[in-house]
Amino acid sequence: MRFLSNAALERLRDGAEAPDLAGTRYRLLERIARGGMGIVYAAEDENLQRRVALKVLDVPGTDGDLANRLLREARVLAALEHPGIVPVHDVGTLADGRVFYTMKFVEGKRLDKFIESVASVPDRLRLFLRVCDAVAFAHARGVLHRDLKPANIMVGPFGEVLVMDWGLAKILRERATLDSQAMDRDATIFEKPKHGADSNDASQSSAVTAHGTVMGTPGYMSPEQARGDVEHLDARTDIYSLGAMLRFLLSGQPEVAPLSNAPRLDKSLLAICAKATAASPADRYSNVQELALDVSRYLDGLAVAAHRESFFEKAGRFYRRYRFFILLIAAYLVMRVAILLFMHR
Amino acid sequence: MNQEDFQSGGERFPLTRRSVIEAVRSIDAEERERALEALCAAYWKPVYKYVRLRWNRPADVTQDLTQGFFVELLERELLEKFDSKKSRLRTYLRLCVDSFVMNEDKSGRRQKRGGTVPHIALDFAGAEEELGATVMDPAAIPSPESLEEFFEKEWVRSLFALAVEDLRELCVARERERTFRLFESYELDGNKQITYEQLSKEFGIPVTDVTNALAWARREFRKIALERLRELCATEEEFRREARAVFGWDSK
Repeated sequence: MRFLSNAALERLRDGAEAPDLAGTRYRLLERIARGGMGIVYAAEDENLQRRVALKVLDVPGTDGDLANRLLREARVLAALEHPGIVPVHDVGTLADGRVFYTMKFVEGKRLDKFIESVASVPDRLRLFLRVCDAVAFAHARGVLHRDLKPANIMVGPFGEVLVMDWGLAKILRERATLDSQAMDRDATIFEKPKHGADSNDASQSSAVTAHGTVMGTPGYMSPEQARGDVEHLDARTDIYSLGAMLRFLLSGQPEVAPLSNAPRLDKSLLAICAKATAASPADRYSNVQELALDVSRYLDGLAVAAHRESFFEKAGRFYRRYRFFILLIAAYLVMRVAILLFMHR
Repeated sequence: MNQEDFQSGGERFPLTRRSVIEAVRSIDAEERERALEALCAAYWKPVYKYVRLRWNRPADVTQDLTQGFFVELLERELLEKFDSKKSRLRTYLRLCVDSFVMNEDKSGRRQKRGGTVPHIALDFAGAEEELGATVMDPAAIPSPESLEEFFEKEWVRSLFALAVEDLRELCVARERERTFRLFESYELDGNKQITYEQLSKEFGIPVTDVTNALAWARREFRKIALERLRELCATEEEFRREARAVFGWDSK
């Protein structure tokens, strides 16, 4: 048997890792990242002459949990056509037996890196609202993301925000049907799953994230998700993650900071974070729109639902909101008083 | 759309061989023996090199200990006690080796064995030569972590060497000897400077043929290595974990 040098081992490893794109229309360019399920490469679609991101499993086989999860992720993305959700182009199996899908190649920065260049709180909140838009859309289609965190959000060169990595997504079918009818009557091309397909998918879903299986990211994962209570998860689990993300955007960490390290934040924003990340789902916002509405109200200088203000807080907010007019009136009054005093001298 | 629709890129990946861990617990003696042979083929070299380094034993004593270990594995049914939820097979075997050598030292019963070792050729002279070609200063690898790393690397080397041998046999069977020679020249000889153009001149074939041959050989190598690996894992989960470790996906 031939002895393999260390250099040969490395070459074999490198050669074995690269996806075999023979017979596809893609040409491998470079490795971008690795995730829990597989590796993401930049590739060129030779037919359309454009760059795509190709996500491929690291082990072969079209059955098994990972392959199912990758296929589900591709299907979930295909069903979610929204400017804030990365679009999927193609799905299949490579010659080496690995399942793959291609999606839009997103040039930009991860949110956790991007915010280093965004100092203003209102600008950070506006980015957050765009994330909320995409998540609210997914919820309306009956899809939970279940792994929302800054590392899974990309911000493009023109400020576009894209929610990535839907590998842990859960499909809530009944709600999907109801919500899509109730909230988006004009929506087209959204086919209701047939009964047979439904039951088939349900079995796949349970295999992928069976009850008791903990999947997610500590710090951003809701308590019920951390307990592995998969069957009872609803939109409020994503709301918890959004709350943790909001806290990260404001303070640099997803959890409540110790008092000595806590940055000075407005009580209303702290209350929004606290409500979104309440331990009990019943105490959280009931949907993403409510959370987004509270953040928008804060941005507009209005009272937020998460926080009952004292008289002084109300006055302070009133002052901040109408500061220009208040100062103008004050300046006018001061001038009038000064003129009166001058004339009576 | 169902799973069958996802066959665009090539033929379906072949069904996997049965795990040696399952097979070793089989009531069928022949299947058990085959499983032990597969296990022994993949692990005897790492075990031999590990004992030489970790326990600093002379070559002849290590040969005896290596054979003795695989006999003990069989006789004491150590694989039956392996629980893939608690550890990786590789780690379990390494710990078994440690405890086996310690027990041998305590009892002072080092005897010639070999009668019931699975029927595979143990090329100790070759292993000794390889040992000289790699690191091999015991003082240079003192910590248990380094030794674990060493054992892991030698195991990967052993697995890949077996897969290369399988690939060679496959190439011979399919009359693709030239493909294997190309693969050897490009991937195994360790000459990083060699290019596809140089290979095409050397073999007198177009560059596209070199590209296609190497792509085929890599694909087959990967398939074979993963199949061998799958055979050595007890569960799908362990296989995925091991595949990542073996191909270095975790460290990149």
